[in-house]
Amino acid sequence: MTATVESPRTPYAYPARSKGRRGPNLEKAGWIFMRASGVVLVVLIFGHLAYNLLFTPGGIQAIDFGFIGGKFANPLWQWWDVAMLWLAILHGSNGMRTIVNDYVHREPLRRIALGAIAASAFILIALGTLITFTFDPCPAGASADLLPSFCPIS
Amino acid sequence: MASSRTPTLADPKPSRLRIAGTLYRGNEGMWSWVLHRISGIGIYFFLLVHVLDTSLIRVSPEAYNAVIATYKNPIMGLGEVALVGAVVFHAMNGLRIIAVDAFPAATRIQRILFWVVIGLVIVLMAGFTPTHLANVFGEH
Repeated sequence: MTATVESPRTPYAYPARSKGRRGPNLEKAGWIFMRASGVVLVVLIFGHLAYNLLFTPGGIQAIDFGFIGGKFANPLWQWWDVAMLWLAILHGSNGMRTIVNDYVHREPLRRIALGAIAASAFILIALGTLITFTFDPCPAGASADLLPSFCPIS
Repeated sequence: MASSRTPTLADPKPSRLRIAGTLYRGNEGMWSWVLHRISGIGIYFFLLVHVLDTSLIRVSPEAYNAVIATYKNPIMGLGEVALVGAVVFHAMNGLRIIAVDAFPAATRIQRILFWVVIGLVIVLMAGFTPTHLANVFGEH
């Protein structure tokens, strides 16, 4: 009795890595990144949630433009949020890539989905980083009661 | 031959949670994997929205305050408990995955570690939920 076994080396989302293959092992780098970024994100996101929702009196009710203005006056929070943005988007996008590779078997659709994930990641990282560092806590012409208390009264 | 399965190793002892016929036989390993994927997908799509809503600080104070006001209504307040629950589970289960990858000893107690994760999620959510719900539903 004979049985035909399909080649286990058919090209797929995760091609088998042979000893002859050269270049960096990107899947291994991704595997390490998910663990390293995951540990850092636990600290960054737990700190983000604890500060904004638990330690700030009023929690979610207290969050408004003035709250963000006061927070971003401190460079620590700017860098905290930018680090969180980059790591969370890259960690989440790589996770979504894994899920798309697992479940989307039609090649054109898989490419579209991976392209959409990469484009979203690029746009949101660029947007969020620019906004964090170009943010103006005291925009001209805004009503004073919406602004942080340190803004000059105009 | 080949018609009947002849295992050379004894099958692992199934837990009481076993659901026959499902992938990975419905044990803790399958549920931690499923919950990790579902919580991760949920957090990912929230993250996309959250970066965009926070970006409105660059438009105007009114625009940002209008969008953040939607986070303050009671239905969203309950949704935030679910979101934080997903984040806390994904974090604790992620640390379990790292432990199982890194330490052979953790691999041997992986089933216990899943329940340690569930216990930590319950403890952390018990710390978060009363304060958050008081903020959502309380006087302000």
